Amino acid sequence: MLKTIPIPNMVTKEYRTLSQVKGPLIFVDRIADVAYNEIVEIITPDGEVRLGQVLEVDIQRCMVRVFVGTAGLDLDNTRVRFTGDVARLDVALSMLGRMLDSSGRPMDGGPFIIPEASLDINGFPINPSVRTHPSEFIQTGVSAIDGLNTLTRGQKLPIFSGAGLPANELAAQIASQARVVGEKGKISEPFAVVFAAIGITHREASYFMEQFKASYAMDRTVLFINRADDPTIERLITPRAALTAAEYLAFTHHRHVLVILTDMTNYCESLREIAAASEEVPGRRGYPGYMYSDLASLYERAGRIRDNPGSVTQLVILTMPDDDITHPIPDLTGYITEGQIVLSRDLHRKGIYPPVDVLPSLSRLMNAGIGKGKTRPDHRSIADQLYALYAEGRDLRRLVAIIGETALSDNDRRVLAFARRFEEKFVGQGMTDRDVKDTLDLAWDLLGPMPVELLKRVPQELIDKYHSAKPDQALDGSD
Amino acid sequence: MSGMNSSTGEIIRIAGPVVGARGLEAIRLFDVVHIGEMGLIGEVIRLTGNTAIIQVYEDTSGVRVGEPVQNTSLPLVAHLGPGLLGMVYDGLQRPLKTLADMSGDFIHRGVSASPLPEDIRWKFTPCVQIGEYVNSGDVLGSVPESQTIDHRIMVPPGQRGRVIEIRDGNFKPSEVVASIDLEGDHINGHQEITLISRWPVRRPRPVQTRLTPNRPLITGTRIIDTLFPMAKGGSAIIPGGFGTGKTVVEHSLARWAEADVVVYVGCGERGNEMTEVLEEFPTLEDPRSGAPLMERTVLIANTSNMPVAAREASIYTGITIAEYYRDMGYDVLLLADSTSRWGEALREISGRLEEMPGEEGYPAYLAARLAEFYERSGRIICLGKSGESNGGHRTGSVSVVGAVSPPGGDFSEPMTQNSMRVAGTFWALDYDLSRRRHFPAINWTRSYSLYNFNEWYSGQVASDWVELTAEAMALLQREVELLEIVQLVGPDALAEAERAVLVVARMLREDFLQQSAYHEVDRFCTLEKAYWMLRAIMTFYHCTQTALEADLPLVEIMNLAVVADIARMKELRVDEAKTTINAIMDRVRLSFSELGVD
Repeated sequence: MLKTIPIPNMVTKEYRTLSQVKGPLIFVDRIADVAYNEIVEIITPDGEVRLGQVLEVDIQRCMVRVFVGTAGLDLDNTRVRFTGDVARLDVALSMLGRMLDSSGRPMDGGPFIIPEASLDINGFPINPSVRTHPSEFIQTGVSAIDGLNTLTRGQKLPIFSGAGLPANELAAQIASQARVVGEKGKISEPFAVVFAAIGITHREASYFMEQFKASYAMDRTVLFINRADDPTIERLITPRAALTAAEYLAFTHHRHVLVILTDMTNYCESLREIAAASEEVPGRRGYPGYMYSDLASLYERAGRIRDNPGSVTQLVILTMPDDDITHPIPDLTGYITEGQIVLSRDLHRKGIYPPVDVLPSLSRLMNAGIGKGKTRPDHRSIADQLYALYAEGRDLRRLVAIIGETALSDNDRRVLAFARRFEEKFVGQGMTDRDVKDTLDLAWDLLGPMPVELLKRVPQELIDKYHSAKPDQALDGSD
Repeated sequence: MSGMNSSTGEIIRIAGPVVGARGLEAIRLFDVVHIGEMGLIGEVIRLTGNTAIIQVYEDTSGVRVGEPVQNTSLPLVAHLGPGLLGMVYDGLQRPLKTLADMSGDFIHRGVSASPLPEDIRWKFTPCVQIGEYVNSGDVLGSVPESQTIDHRIMVPPGQRGRVIEIRDGNFKPSEVVASIDLEGDHINGHQEITLISRWPVRRPRPVQTRLTPNRPLITGTRIIDTLFPMAKGGSAIIPGGFGTGKTVVEHSLARWAEADVVVYVGCGERGNEMTEVLEEFPTLEDPRSGAPLMERTVLIANTSNMPVAAREASIYTGITIAEYYRDMGYDVLLLADSTSRWGEALREISGRLEEMPGEEGYPAYLAARLAEFYERSGRIICLGKSGESNGGHRTGSVSVVGAVSPPGGDFSEPMTQNSMRVAGTFWALDYDLSRRRHFPAINWTRSYSLYNFNEWYSGQVASDWVELTAEAMALLQREVELLEIVQLVGPDALAEAERAVLVVARMLREDFLQQSAYHEVDRFCTLEKAYWMLRAIMTFYHCTQTALEADLPLVEIMNLAVVADIARMKELRVDEAKTTINAIMDRVRLSFSELGVD
């Protein structure tokens, strides 16, 4: 939990000199010896204790953001106590299986965590020279990801969703299915999930709980919950607490940790709220100019460290406001993360689950994680081929809308039919768990009706090995 | 940090990376100070009355009002000397590998380490004699730093005099190798020269004369070298939204560009990308010298989660190192990925200083800072004599390539616009191309190069180079127009000759412009190979035109087996390209004559 006890030998300083309460911020006057980013306790007139953090300090006064909101504070009777320490989280291996709030306090009725260490929730940057490049394939069981946008250990990959799209379902599915496939398909290494719910609804929170329990994944999962009706300001803490726990589990206890952060859009809204309250110069769409750096301080806490068997992999969910991928939240995220999985409203309407639009989706670390010895030698070529044909199919759909299908050549009609089957069978797999070999076999199956001359992205030797020509249903109208 | 000139003050305000201090005597703008009990590094960026405003290069959490601030009375300097090549630094030139040995896998605050390895002994061979009169920039001797770089130890800018001591042998970087009696300077008397020198990063190193760039910097990337070349000593920018492949292009340039030294500044980007460079470069060879790529590379890694202010400094640290090797007479390439993160650091600091914001919150001096930075590129005559026995001058160059990350991929934003005004070459990355997996996704209708190297290409590559590239460019432009028509009315509306344009333009796009950065052979292409590839495609086009005039159907031409040969030209090894492509061209002519065309 966040430290509320002052460091020994420090004189605790308590003040009653509030001069302003403004939104989530309070200003304390006539202070001395206050540290930047220090954690403060605010004692309300009713005797309730809230936590806050120093955002700015000079010789006369300091500005403090109050994590659980400023409702009920007054200027005369509210007391502020400076703890002399930055925000810390108590961590332990026994966090696994627990549900905690943003400060690390139990929310599941269980006992407090007995700390093994107390860590600065802001963490420290990993020295770039000790990182190792993520190159181990994580099988999510989802063809659109495994086949075309492969996730690797130590990667940070966001899911760009829209309001009402099933991003949470996909995240829960990945959390319960994800595994590293080693030699002979064995799963041996210790795996853990750290789940941070940032401003999600009760309905969503209970959905995740049920999913984790149903998949027997709960005993390897830590949940940090900040609900939609919890104070927004607390959301700035939730992902940091989760990542601190994740780093501890990964690099001290050598687990392979998958961190799920949902929904980062709520986080960014809180960031904007604080920036506005402290009268900062706003950047694009009112978000603060430092949002890139702030998001990076979270996302960059993924990775692998040389000679350390643990890893932190991030799956970040965010909702694109108005499905706009150029909105600052997805835009800045895309600049930091190693690719993105984009969900499509169009596919969702067609009833396809998961509605992953593979064209704008990308995994930057895919090449390092696939191929011979990792998945299968044909993986890269077949992925390129599926992508190219599907892109062509989508272009043809636009053309068909103008000039009609009859004007197309036979091959164009084959490509159109392929695009449809690809969406229905390959992407739209439902809640199933597909082995990557099955994903690749299905890909070849879908390419069966295609004439070999259309398979330009696949070398001849792979065509000889995997391609089996199939009856062509696209042209006789029975498909 | 005690010394005659140092003074101590106290902190009166802390707002993120900006700290106010008072009581510092004789403090100057851009002096480096040590903040608080942890001794965090900061730099004075504004003086008002008794207060100094300091930007701090490390996280200020836990620092208190009232803690001491110590002035070093020195500006932020880069340490320059043998051992720079192959190093990995943060934005303040702290060696990251040494830091990892000192403080573990995570970077902690207040740690410092010497930028250059202190214990290595370098073999110094002098080239002047006692009594000789030397001027600023004259070479005193040299150290073999790598297989390809002879590290020249020069008289520091601004100093001249008679050599009173010169030594030969193996020395540590801090040991004196020469002494110069400074003529007319009765205060300092003489100057001792060690293998290390220091230079303030914000001040450009002086040159004798600036020259006009006269030849392209060959990069090994076909679309750049043929259609939009950058100059040796010029500047270029690559703007593009996320996923358009900025970093891949920058990495390709770092690997294959024709430079003696490459300085790669990872400014506010991904840690895993720096790791890729770190793991891969030692295993790759410079295609020209055969030496490991790491031996010509200096990496500056200030990833996005490292302190913002150090990101601002990283660009200057990088270019100072680049200028230093330029002054020895080398061609240096500086790559910055991404300058937008540097701009954002400026914006953040400016915001904390409560300055009046300009466009999109960027400070009003953004354009000036960008211009200052890009103008540190150039081809120059170095200070001092050549260092060779025949006298004359050394020339060197710094070429700068800056990646730009425009929000939403929209080029109208201030960073892109202000960079475009100063850069000589503009490679516009295109979201649409990257979506089609056309890489490098450099858009040929929006990109441009302000340099004209026609004469150089005609003389060095082939006399018909200019015609050939102009014709290819015209075809690509024509394709854009024709595709608009196809979008409106369908492909049937086009005449055969126009469809032939589409076929050949597609060939140009897929078989020439597209280049895989990951393919063993295709990733690096020489000018000669690019020329023959282009020539083969244009030969095919000319034959097609003749065939269509003879009323041959286009379908028959497209079915020729030689089309597949053209598609595979990329995969030809550089040394076999010319012979094989000439054979392909013979086959093109033969195939067409078999169809009955002369």
